Amino acid sequence: MPEPTEFQHRSAPSVPSALRRRAVLALGAMPALAAAQFRVEVTGVGLTQLPIAIAAFRGEEAAPQRVSRIVLADLERSGQFRGIDSGSAVLDESSRIELATWRERKADALVSGSVTRLADGRFDVRFRLWDVVAGRDLGGQSYAVGAGELRLVAHRIADHLYEKLTGERGIFSTRISYVTKSANRFNLWVADSDGESAQSALASPEPIISPAWSANGAQLAYVSFESRKPVVYVHEIATGRRRMIANFRGSNSAPAWSPDGRTLALTLTRDGNSQIYLMDAAGGEPRRITQTSSIDTEPVYSADGRMLYFVSDRGGGPQVYRMPASGGNAERVTFNGSYNISPALSPDGRWLAYVARAGNAYRLQVMELANGNVTGVTDTTADESPSFAPNSRLLVYATQQQGAEALMTTTLDGRIKARLAGQSGDIREPDWGPFQR
Amino acid sequence: MTIGRTPYSPQPNRGTRGALAAWAVVAALGLAACGSKVKLNEAEVEDRTATAVGAASTATPVTPSPTANSGAVAPVDLSKPSGQDTAGPAGAARVIFFDYDSFTLRADAAALIDAHARFLKASGSRKIVIEGHTDERGGREYNLALGQKRAEAVRKALALLGVSDAQMEAVSLGKEKLADAGHDESAHSRNRRAEIVYR
Repeated sequence: MPEPTEFQHRSAPSVPSALRRRAVLALGAMPALAAAQFRVEVTGVGLTQLPIAIAAFRGEEAAPQRVSRIVLADLERSGQFRGIDSGSAVLDESSRIELATWRERKADALVSGSVTRLADGRFDVRFRLWDVVAGRDLGGQSYAVGAGELRLVAHRIADHLYEKLTGERGIFSTRISYVTKSANRFNLWVADSDGESAQSALASPEPIISPAWSANGAQLAYVSFESRKPVVYVHEIATGRRRMIANFRGSNSAPAWSPDGRTLALTLTRDGNSQIYLMDAAGGEPRRITQTSSIDTEPVYSADGRMLYFVSDRGGGPQVYRMPASGGNAERVTFNGSYNISPALSPDGRWLAYVARAGNAYRLQVMELANGNVTGVTDTTADESPSFAPNSRLLVYATQQQGAEALMTTTLDGRIKARLAGQSGDIREPDWGPFQR
Repeated sequence: MTIGRTPYSPQPNRGTRGALAAWAVVAALGLAACGSKVKLNEAEVEDRTATAVGAASTATPVTPSPTANSGAVAPVDLSKPSGQDTAGPAGAARVIFFDYDSFTLRADAAALIDAHARFLKASGSRKIVIEGHTDERGGREYNLALGQKRAEAVRKALALLGVSDAQMEAVSLGKEKLADAGHDESAHSRNRRAEIVYR
């Protein structure tokens, strides 16, 4: 995608702190229907959300994508923004703004823009961001893209707005991977962070599980049952070329990339029981790094690459442990309950997400590693496979709602959840990809 | 040792068929010329295991009866998956069920394990994959490991009875291949299993 052009950007502080201080507390638990595609669920009070109005972009109703709606959905899914109805206002990036109108509507920020079809069939997309509180123009960008890239442009705009208004990096133009099952067909998909624009990386008559993005976002490791046993592949997404990396005697599963991309940790049963091994990402002889007679599985690297967290039932039931990344003494990490699995670590090193069984319910938990405090973040009962967004602010996970499998995102406190749109049929095994660039 | 009586289901290649036909002709001529002093060779019918070229073998070791060529022919279709009942010891079940949270064989599995062990030791070359499964509850990767424990329990039991390691591989399908899509305890109990698949 071509680089955006900044235009008429008067210098402004990169973090408009006045705007953030005035962010309004959200009241009540009213679900916001931002678009037909998805529903943001707000539970709990006392959230700090920035009220933002995103006016319909002039010309977008004639374009293949309603760019402003995608931007709004992205920002609302982050949990840090609340959409303000912009009514029937038709603005564009050069419109004069009646600040009084927007202050009356209690918007702290306003976005206006346009989508214009160019002579060569591409689209010129522009926007401008306004600080309604301070009455200041915070500049904007323009992009020239083909119809097929309009959704990605919307995500890039959402990233820009998010960064300008929160000071943190946005994740809306990152990608996620997940698996669907339909009749007797399994697909491994690569999609936008909202689950849309999915492209199939692999179609198979047999199950696919445990996709894992490499740190540079170019490859997916996964487990395929196409030869009627679990085998680990490494798959280059852009070319479709894949390598069978582990097909040892017994079962091969749970691939995890080291942050430097050079090593894969995985679970093999070649010595009888499920144990964790390290392999060079290019392939070769695995090195066993756990030495127990129990189940050791689901390895995952810490963001600095120094530790491996994993699941072990050496103490009876499965719990999360950690050990040095090259093997060594393991230290137990989870202590609540008798069944804790599927660890995921936030890139900023602060959080551990995992799934805990209590009774018949399997529920997503988030632990703050600095102090061990654990919060349950869902009230569904069949949660699986949590994965952090690369800015450490959101989790994607699989669950069941009304008997059907669904992918959800949640803020780490569980207060803002959204169901991802996209594929029908059973949907599971999400993994959130890295920042590109 | 013949295990049960199964119809003789030869898969001779063209050469063998031709040879049999030739022998039949010779035998007929021999009977017709009973005054001749030429001693005819008796057509030998051997104990033979028919094996397919390339695809998985589904034949069983049998002793053919003398009237085999005039009776019914039981077809063997190599295009079907190798989990057919024509594989392995006839009459022996291929699925072993496990109690909840259990990875040890129940007493009622002993006869079954024994039948497969005898069959595998008699053949010496037949191979099996033991597929371990769980019910649908719990995480996919941890259930893969649990299923592996079930497959491994069966493998160990067979190994203790003398089956060679080269003939067996224990793998797990976790909760990915449920036998019963229900959500109640009877479905769960049908899913907690290990399956012996002849390759």
